[in-house]
Amino acid sequence: MDAIEVEGLRKTYAGGVEAVRGVSFTVHSGEVFALLGPNGAGKSTTVRILTTLSAPTAGQARVAGFDVASQPREVRRRIGYVAQVSGVDVTATGRENLTLQGQLFRLAGAALRGRVEELLDLFQLAAAADRPAATYSGGMRRRLDVTMGLIHRPEVLFLDEPTTGLDPESRAVMWKEVRRLAEGGLTLLLTTHYLEEADQLAQRLAIVDGGRIVAVGTPDELKGRLRGDVVSVELANRGRTAEAEAVLRAQEEVASVMVDGNRLYAQVSHGARAVPALLAALEKAGLDVTQVSLARPSLEDVYLTATGHAYREQGEPAVG
Amino acid sequence: MEFLRDTWHLFVRLMRATMRMPVFVIISIVQPILWVLLFGQLFKSVTTIPGFESHAHAPSISYVQFLAPGISIMTALFGAAYSGMGLLGDIDRGVLDRFLTTPVSRGALIAGRILHAAVQVIVQAALILVVACLLGARPLGGVPGILTVFLAAALLGAAFASFSNALALLARRQELVIAVMNFVVLPTTFLSSMIMSRDLMPQWIRGVSRFNPVNWAVTAARAGFQGEATSEAAIYLGLLAAFALICGALATLSFRRYRKAM
Repeated sequence: MDAIEVEGLRKTYAGGVEAVRGVSFTVHSGEVFALLGPNGAGKSTTVRILTTLSAPTAGQARVAGFDVASQPREVRRRIGYVAQVSGVDVTATGRENLTLQGQLFRLAGAALRGRVEELLDLFQLAAAADRPAATYSGGMRRRLDVTMGLIHRPEVLFLDEPTTGLDPESRAVMWKEVRRLAEGGLTLLLTTHYLEEADQLAQRLAIVDGGRIVAVGTPDELKGRLRGDVVSVELANRGRTAEAEAVLRAQEEVASVMVDGNRLYAQVSHGARAVPALLAALEKAGLDVTQVSLARPSLEDVYLTATGHAYREQGEPAVG
Repeated sequence: MEFLRDTWHLFVRLMRATMRMPVFVIISIVQPILWVLLFGQLFKSVTTIPGFESHAHAPSISYVQFLAPGISIMTALFGAAYSGMGLLGDIDRGVLDRFLTTPVSRGALIAGRILHAAVQVIVQAALILVVACLLGARPLGGVPGILTVFLAAALLGAAFASFSNALALLARRQELVIAVMNFVVLPTTFLSSMIMSRDLMPQWIRGVSRFNPVNWAVTAARAGFQGEATSEAAIYLGLLAAFALICGALATLSFRRYRKAM
């Protein structure tokens, strides 16, 4: 069975901002699926629709077998949601946060107390359980967020940017937790703007850009679509990239060329053999090259090919 | 059933948060006591103005006696008017979103806040009556009279808490909630018989005050405290209940609109 089925999903906010422009994908039961893309790509909006927080303008989505628009109550009972903005009540202790969350899922008595203890232990929060969450570190708060998403043993867990703002150590801990949850058979949909994170955690991923999905597949499938190697060339003169692009395209070995600023990325079948020829051609055209590198395709290259612009981390606008 | 249980859990969360702010608790206790002491002294001599509370059965009503129910209502008004700020805090911190992805009754998310405001208001009203009695006031209406003060304060508190939450959900700006509530709170206070006897009001204020829910609450509370079970007080309590329901409905509609706009 599929845990999430999304068909032609659109969201236009009042004011005309088109956050999601026709997104379709399927997440299989027990799978870890990632939506990868920069901020503003429409990942969070998609997750907000799937968790019933936001109504779609058009399209359909079913989560755990129920329609998010017409059967939101059924959906809510079966999902856990860990938002990008932490939902922890900082005036309450970890245990109080977790207990209230359980109560809202209509758990009570010994069953609830047992589940709370179990999760606090599992996520190494037992020692801090009776301290106000305001005293928690960023990593602890994030772990508390995850326990709250799990209190009612959901079928599908949504993790919106689970490691954004965490230090590398806390990120490693979170990755470990996600892998452990995946082993337990939970369906996980996570959004991330870290290519590495999607590569490490997801069995399948969708690259989201400008409110659309531009590529879907396993990380290996996506990389496999890029045959051969990628030669990256940096020009001394930014004004001559168009010329350089034409020169590279004219080469027989080159399958495709992408331009990003004064950098050009050429896809070739055999990098080591192609580099001398490409450099010679550029030199002949009078173009100065300041840097050359050769790489096996990474998810970054997949992203570049799919979207037409290089991947930039949070904070920088991704412009092509 | 689930609505009531959810409301209770959310109410407990808010009460706990309140109790964890000792400074807030101390101020909410000290402030109404200060009002009684301050206004009690400041306006003491108004009772000597000819015509003050001429209809009161006690010919020489003390000002504290007159003031205590009024200050109970004023505190209710001031306390509840900013209830929406807490909701904005929950929105900003993602707490409301987290609640909304659970099966929690949507109405309970607002009802819990209104109940919290109402309970806070009753505790403060009780304190004010105790202090007033220490200063010489007497609850002539007995227990039913005191309960009438609590009911009037709680209904007005619930109404203004609802209104404040509705405003918070529609505007989603703290500054706007503060500005509007400041704009509303003082005029409604002074267009009532809270500190000045109705008999001494200018004609036009007396006319306006008839349509002022704050005045309904003051009149009903004072009648209860004085032990004058008037039909006017009963009507005002009924009107207050209706007003609280309308404000509650407004808050619920605003909440629906907020969720739709997400």
